[in-house]
Amino acid sequence: MLDDFIIRAALAGLGVALAAAPLGCFVVWRRMAYFGDATSHAAILGVALALATDLPVFAGVLGVALAMALVISTLAERQVGTDALLGVLAHAALALGLVAVSLIDGVRVNLESYLFGEILAVTVADLVVIWTGAGLVLALLVWRWQALLTSTLSPDLATASGIAPKREQLILTLALAITVAVAIKVVGALLIAAMLVIPAATARPFSRTPEAMAAYAVAVGSFAALGGLAGAFTFDTPAGPSIVTAAAILFALSAVVAPLLTRQPR
Amino acid sequence: MALIETRNLELAYGGRTVLRDVNISISRGEIVTIVGPNGSGKSSLLRALIGAIRPVTGQVIRADGLRIGYVPQALAIDTTLPLTVARFLNLPARVPADTALGALSDAGVPELAQRQLGALSGGQFQRVLLARALLQSPDILILDEATQGLDQPGAARFYQQIETVRQTHGCAVLMVSHDLHVVMAASDRVLCLNGHVCCEGTPQVVADAPEYRALFGTGTQGALALYRHDHDHHHHDHDHDHPHEDAR
Repeated sequence: MLDDFIIRAALAGLGVALAAAPLGCFVVWRRMAYFGDATSHAAILGVALALATDLPVFAGVLGVALAMALVISTLAERQVGTDALLGVLAHAALALGLVAVSLIDGVRVNLESYLFGEILAVTVADLVVIWTGAGLVLALLVWRWQALLTSTLSPDLATASGIAPKREQLILTLALAITVAVAIKVVGALLIAAMLVIPAATARPFSRTPEAMAAYAVAVGSFAALGGLAGAFTFDTPAGPSIVTAAAILFALSAVVAPLLTRQPR
Repeated sequence: MALIETRNLELAYGGRTVLRDVNISISRGEIVTIVGPNGSGKSSLLRALIGAIRPVTGQVIRADGLRIGYVPQALAIDTTLPLTVARFLNLPARVPADTALGALSDAGVPELAQRQLGALSGGQFQRVLLARALLQSPDILILDEATQGLDQPGAARFYQQIETVRQTHGCAVLMVSHDLHVVMAASDRVLCLNGHVCCEGTPQVVADAPEYRALFGTGTQGALALYRHDHDHHHHDHDHDHPHEDAR
């Protein structure tokens, strides 16, 4: 079954949706959208580093994404003009990565595959990496769920209950770096943040609890992954952007439908 | 024996010392209120007690296994986070549904369980925060200007609830308050802060203290003058008497 590249692509898309959607809920709740951007853009720098040192791309991306996420966490904590700073870091990391890739001797890299993903070229080995990473992210989120929610609501409330908000922030940072590393093959560095934010935002109007929102987000993300792939085949469009387009269409639909639902009497 | 005490505590905020030489001690079952002008270090002291800020020098000493119920000044619930009251009460520790309902009843709002947290009024919200604090079976309730945004009758009802809770749960209460009239009526002890503990004692002792009068009014009526006015008093860092102009 895994011999079929379409099946492999579908499984890769589902794996990314499974990790990115619930993590994306925290990105939305904590207003970290730009944080996701900066971390995923840094992935290109990780690609360059990996190619220059003969490391696996996954390791390079994970390392640089983690470093970037840690830098941002630290700076945000000290409240150094966060918004502008995140903008600078996000684009600087991307530009630096592109320059670095072009400087590497003897390697002819297809940059597009890292910028927009290469989901149709996913191998069985890639699938193992993607699903291991996704499983790890899910396990982290489930394990820390209550503490993460409490410190997202209010760091002080968390502290008074014996939770260390900084530790929870670190766990999210780690989960984000892993997600970026496994998603770069699927949707590419430029669009990873979309897979975090769009499913969560789509699920919000239909949810009464955080758990419901995370579950709906997974459903939206999975549906977008499969629908986007189908669209890519039907219209011969690039797969990564097609997946994000499918997610965006779902978001637009939810924005139209949600007010109609809430207006009706219960 | 003390539930929680501080020794020579010094706190800084943004590199500036906001409190120094704080030696306070809270005993089981007593209601202690902290008053003081804006920027006098009231919230910083509470946050140091719960462990959210680290002292520059000195220490906070808690009784072994002390359970703190913390009610923050306000909580900004991001509109992107869907959260029912019932779900909120299960953070961070899950509790049986009837326990949660019991805490809501103790806080005077049993009907709110299925409502969205973001859709509550200020008074309802504070009571839900109180209910959540009670679920931890606290030895001490710490409330930071819990009646901010409530009108006068709402604040009065809230403090009555606190008194009831103290009687039923037997917990100590430490609160920051701007409602001086309530402070004088409901506290066993008052701490007046202004960069340090400038005076403390029973409400009457504090009301008569010259340091307190310098902060809250220099007229012959002192605190009583303020206490007859139905206003919040926010800008106490003036040294003249102006009981009316600070109404919000």
